[in-house]
Amino acid sequence: MNNTLQNTNKTQGKHSMNTQLARWRQSPIFYPLLGFIVIFIAMAFVNDNFLTTNNLSNVARQVSINAIIAVGMTCAILTGGIDLSVGAVMALSGTVAAGLMMMGLPPELAILGCLIVGGLFGAGNGAFVAYAKMPPIIVTLATMGIARGLALIYTGGYPISGLPKDFSFLGRGEFMGIQSPIIVMIIVYIIAFVILNKTPIGRYIYAIGGNEEATRLSGVRVKRYKMLVYTLSGVTAAIAGIVLTSRLMSGQPNMGVGFELDAIAAVVLGGTAIAGGRGAIIGTLIGAMMLGVLNNGLNLMGVSPYVQNVIKGGIILLAIYISRSRDSK
Amino acid sequence: MNSSLLKLEQISKNFPGVKALSDMSLSLDSGEILALLGENGAGKSTLMKVLCGIYQPDSGHIYIDGKPMVFANYHNAIEAGIGIIFQEFSLIPYLNSVENIFLGREVTNRLGLMRTAEMRKEAEALFERLGVSIDLDKPVAHLSVAEQQFVEIAKALALDARILVLDEPTATLTPSEAEHLFKIMRELKSQGVGMIFISHHMEEIFAICDRIVVLRDGQPIGEADTQKTSVDELVEMMVGRKVESSFPAKNDHKEDHEIVIHAKAIQLEKDTPINQFELRKGEILGFAGLVGSGRTELAMGLIGATPVHHKEIEMHGVAVKLDSPAASLLAGIGILPESRKTEGLILPFSIRENISINNLAKHTSKIGWIDQRDEADNITALIEKVRVKAPGAESIVGNLSGGNQQKVVIARWLNHDCRVLIFDEPTRGIDVGAKAEIYRLMRGLTEMGVSIIMISSELPEVVGISDRVAVFKQGEIVQTLSGADVNSNEIMRYATGGASHE
Repeated sequence: MNNTLQNTNKTQGKHSMNTQLARWRQSPIFYPLLGFIVIFIAMAFVNDNFLTTNNLSNVARQVSINAIIAVGMTCAILTGGIDLSVGAVMALSGTVAAGLMMMGLPPELAILGCLIVGGLFGAGNGAFVAYAKMPPIIVTLATMGIARGLALIYTGGYPISGLPKDFSFLGRGEFMGIQSPIIVMIIVYIIAFVILNKTPIGRYIYAIGGNEEATRLSGVRVKRYKMLVYTLSGVTAAIAGIVLTSRLMSGQPNMGVGFELDAIAAVVLGGTAIAGGRGAIIGTLIGAMMLGVLNNGLNLMGVSPYVQNVIKGGIILLAIYISRSRDSK
Repeated sequence: MNSSLLKLEQISKNFPGVKALSDMSLSLDSGEILALLGENGAGKSTLMKVLCGIYQPDSGHIYIDGKPMVFANYHNAIEAGIGIIFQEFSLIPYLNSVENIFLGREVTNRLGLMRTAEMRKEAEALFERLGVSIDLDKPVAHLSVAEQQFVEIAKALALDARILVLDEPTATLTPSEAEHLFKIMRELKSQGVGMIFISHHMEEIFAICDRIVVLRDGQPIGEADTQKTSVDELVEMMVGRKVESSFPAKNDHKEDHEIVIHAKAIQLEKDTPINQFELRKGEILGFAGLVGSGRTELAMGLIGATPVHHKEIEMHGVAVKLDSPAASLLAGIGILPESRKTEGLILPFSIRENISINNLAKHTSKIGWIDQRDEADNITALIEKVRVKAPGAESIVGNLSGGNQQKVVIARWLNHDCRVLIFDEPTRGIDVGAKAEIYRLMRGLTEMGVSIIMISSELPEVVGISDRVAVFKQGEIVQTLSGADVNSNEIMRYATGGASHE
């Protein structure tokens, strides 16, 4: 019995080709990556303009906002929760940033203020979910309305424009030939990757989604980490809000409507289990890219936006179907 | 012998890297009770799942009344007359027993509306046949475990099951409830129902079964008539080696050891009994009592997993709050919960991740990264220490057998330098060999100075391993026994309220 470990290792060596493939297929990003590659190749075949550097760079930039929001969403979904308020929080924090700059604050401080607003709002969500034990979908549905309302109240319903020139860098600038939103996105993903894969916090986020009660009884302060997850989600929404505000050079109270749904789609297409516990942040990036490539390709083909909605919905259904049959085996 | 009721021929089933069943053959006559015996991971559960159509065998045949059968799914199996009572019940918690029994085949009138009265009457008749009285209006979640099991059996009978498989049905029952179950089984036997009974309790097998099939490593290793065999012979067949007395010797002179936990008062709710107890260094304190006597509740209240009305605890003479499991962990108290799957383990996680979940700080560098190599090395050592049978540290815990899962939970706390461990039903659903290992681990811990509270419904276990025993009755510690008083009779006397045992 002592030798069980070694023995099984030996037998594995025999069919290592098979097990290698099997292990690959076990990876949460196997199917997302496959899907992405298929869609990417299909689009390249259908459109001559698709594979140009210019176009691909634009796709990456268009994707960045959704991809950033989807980071917080991934964390929330990994714990078995969800955050519907992200689009509205994005609008609220974006308009606050714009408002602060109009009050004469330098962009750096305005950005800081905006992150604080997003974080506080997320922490509020987290408090209701973790400490008041309310279902996340209801809590964030309610706070979605509140955040949107506050953004509209704050701005009186009008965009705040005339922002300082410096501020445009984050949305319109370039660094070493790469558009700024892409750089922001990459930084956010690197940080998220490290947190989720290299730190205890990440392990707890997965554990809570895997079995919250067992995690709690093991002595992990589950409430604290759930609160943290929603705070992070608020912060990533705020980051997306800054980038979009900078891109538009105005604080728009109506921006981000429906973005929560795109973010959820990216997370789910990225192979994260909607019930929590399993998934990967890289998958979310792939999921967001998949949506972006699809959007872009269909646009280039001149497919009507109405039809595009149907196609996107169908692809999401298909993706979930594939991941479902993988889980249930 | 022309055709038995149920016959399995050369059934094999493989999973990636694991031969779960190979060349499994077995037959069952009507009116026969067949015991299926084997260590955890021997293939009993897989066999059951093949039998009820959840798994499809890779090769082999199933015959019922001599006719070959293929079960593509659970429904096929039910139609063929197979009823399975799983360890984890498949009842819908917030429906009552009638609704559960008729779930999926409700009796309706021409308008498609349910004929409630008729279903109720039939359910009443079923429970009468079983000789049990059950509140038909209560959601099953509010019934006792035993009652839920009776509902499961009634449900199977309502489907005209002729073959009944009972997967460790007595694991959660009190002795008198188990006796009741056996009465029901004998009654069904006389009605010609063939039964496969899975249990780790030898007395039960000898009390109720006609024949015994022993499984090891997915193969039938031997078969015996209950009349002509002995416990020793069976155990040897199961584990392939002789098992000595499974309880390690107790070490004495605990009375003068320092008090680690002094629970001066724990009151779960207003108007419930106020309990107090002491736990000394290096002792095993048994919490004995009938199922539902409030042992788990007290333990959960102690560590702050559930809120309590009033609590005064001292550890090493210093008052502590223990308002959450995390706070208890900091104070050096860990718990191995009663239900491994729902409270103990994170099933989609690997063995490694499950063990290190509450001790990541040990492997975390100053900048907050987990040193994964350090973590893996440590966990591999622990896995060997508790002897988890698995391909490796990265195996998913959900795929392990019950005994191995329990060892993973134990390893989690071994990884932590806890001073107090609470074992809640540590050997439930675990085979003889693994039980002895777990007892040895527990005794080994006490020799290192760890104090243990063990909640157990198995009297031999309580008697065999506890230095002292707190006996619970209806939420109250009615007596604490020590020394020679730690015996079955004394415990039962207090647990049942003075009435002498047997």
